[in-house]
Amino acid sequence: MAPFLTLQRLTKTFGTHDAVADLSLDMPAGEILCLLGPSGCGKSTLLRLIAGFDAPTGGTIHLDGTDLTGLAPHRRPVNMMFQSYALFPHLSVARNIAYGLNGLGRAAASARVDELLRLVRLEDFGNRRPETLSGGQRQRVALARALAREPKVLLLDEPLGALDRGLREETQGELRAIQRRLGTAFIIVTHDPSEAMALADRIGVMDKGRLVQIGRSETLYERPVNRFVAGLLGDVNLIPGTVRDSDGALVRVETALGPVLALGEGAPAAGAPALIALRPERVGASPVDPKAAEGRNALDGQVEASTYLGDRIRLQIRMVDGSTIRATLPAGAGLASGAPVRLSFAPDAATVMAA
Amino acid sequence: MSPLNRLSLGLGLAFLYAPIAVLVVFSFNASSLVTVWGGFSTRWYGVLLNDGPLIAAALVSLKVASLAALVATILGTLAALALNRSGRFGGRGAFTGLVYAPMVMPEVITGLSLLLLFVGLGLDRGLATLIIAHATLGLGFVAVVVGARLKGLDRSLEEAAADLGAGPLRVFATVTLPLIAPSLAAAFLLAFTLSLDDLVIASFVSGPGATTLPMRLYSQVRLGVNPEINAASTLLVGGVTLVVLTASFLAGRPSAGVQGT
Repeated sequence: MAPFLTLQRLTKTFGTHDAVADLSLDMPAGEILCLLGPSGCGKSTLLRLIAGFDAPTGGTIHLDGTDLTGLAPHRRPVNMMFQSYALFPHLSVARNIAYGLNGLGRAAASARVDELLRLVRLEDFGNRRPETLSGGQRQRVALARALAREPKVLLLDEPLGALDRGLREETQGELRAIQRRLGTAFIIVTHDPSEAMALADRIGVMDKGRLVQIGRSETLYERPVNRFVAGLLGDVNLIPGTVRDSDGALVRVETALGPVLALGEGAPAAGAPALIALRPERVGASPVDPKAAEGRNALDGQVEASTYLGDRIRLQIRMVDGSTIRATLPAGAGLASGAPVRLSFAPDAATVMAA
Repeated sequence: MSPLNRLSLGLGLAFLYAPIAVLVVFSFNASSLVTVWGGFSTRWYGVLLNDGPLIAAALVSLKVASLAALVATILGTLAALALNRSGRFGGRGAFTGLVYAPMVMPEVITGLSLLLLFVGLGLDRGLATLIIAHATLGLGFVAVVVGARLKGLDRSLEEAAADLGAGPLRVFATVTLPLIAPSLAAAFLLAFTLSLDDLVIASFVSGPGATTLPMRLYSQVRLGVNPEINAASTLLVGGVTLVVLTASFLAGRPSAGVQGT
């Protein structure tokens, strides 16, 4: 992958607080990268550093061979779609979109505005004021305005945050379709893991100003590097233990529930404490039957609670050491409360992380 | 509203407005004795219109107020921008205090210090010194009114304009200025009325040929109150009320992109 946007050792300090700490990142052209993290993790600050609203305390930003680090915002070939949309209330929709087009002639600018209005399906709204539009329409005006200057990278700060649920899913699809058509690189900041997974080619998880892990959704979900990433992307069982030995990519971990074999590329050395991350839907459960778990990890317990959710059943299982493990099973796998149960999972269904 | 609340409200309003009401009522007095009611008449308003020096003083007041308000609005807006848009700079708190302090300074002190300054600079006292002094008086108020609007203005609007390729001047001219325009108008009117009302500072810094309406009224009152003064004062009160109402309407007008003022 040829890096298009390169952030090197970027740091932004407010007082004594590192909002962004020593962050490096490469991004190819045409990618959708989602920055995911809880509020205050530095993802919005990172976006503002790339846009040029804040100057970094240290580090550099290169885009397409040009050093952007010291440039004022109005000289950068990137545009931003603001969380509040920041539409100019005193200008019509068409003049909002045309604001960045003053380098073009009048006729060319007007043709470009028409083209953008068509792109976001607001052909008939050019003369309206922003305050007369619905939230979804304003979101699309903001997108059209940010795309008007054909930025090399479009920065989107919680682009769907202000929309209600149904509209959000519809808009995710639209946003992705527009990005595919234009081929512009998008950096999207979001705190919603399902939104990140629906939109992103790659997700970068941020915590306390650092980039904790970056990769495809599947990698982050199945192979989290630590407890934070594992918990951020969905429900997860964390089983503590001690690394015994490793066999290629497979690591054997001694736990209070018995030995467990799991994948662990960056796992700690033998003797070190470790955590096994196991997604509830990767756990199989059946009445105790020695043959059911051949070649798989097998852990015994007792059904504590069983919740019927229509398309699936959620089990809470009390293990021999008193801890609980959650398992999600297809509907129809009837296991009564109190029944003894054997949980099984393939070694590649679980990941060993540093504790 | 309980009877007690009604009573206290009535007392409060009476306390505030009874003197003005008396003034207004007696401006329509047919008698030339100020305190004796001689029937309704508008004759004193007629007398007023033929009082050359009084009209001249009123024109001076209007001229001074307009120019002083203009200068105060420009300088006060620049001060508000510096205090709200330059980020954190050393001494920002001190500057804020320095801009606001003259508002609570006794007018006698302001007037005296301006007089000493003008004498020291060798400036002849007259219209120019009066305009400078009243611009000084209004500047702090303008900075407060415009600053409140700037604080409520969503910063991301200006950032969006810069992001779309506008340099600082274009951002100010096409986004900031149109959005704070109502507060500029309100601030101008406020500075205008402050200048129109002022007697104390004007007495210090004004010179021959620059007698303002309040100065003229005050000097006439010293010779004895007549109903013509009441008529002139009534007009002044009416005019100022109108301007202040307009100003507060402009300042309080809700506008998209501005949260509260």
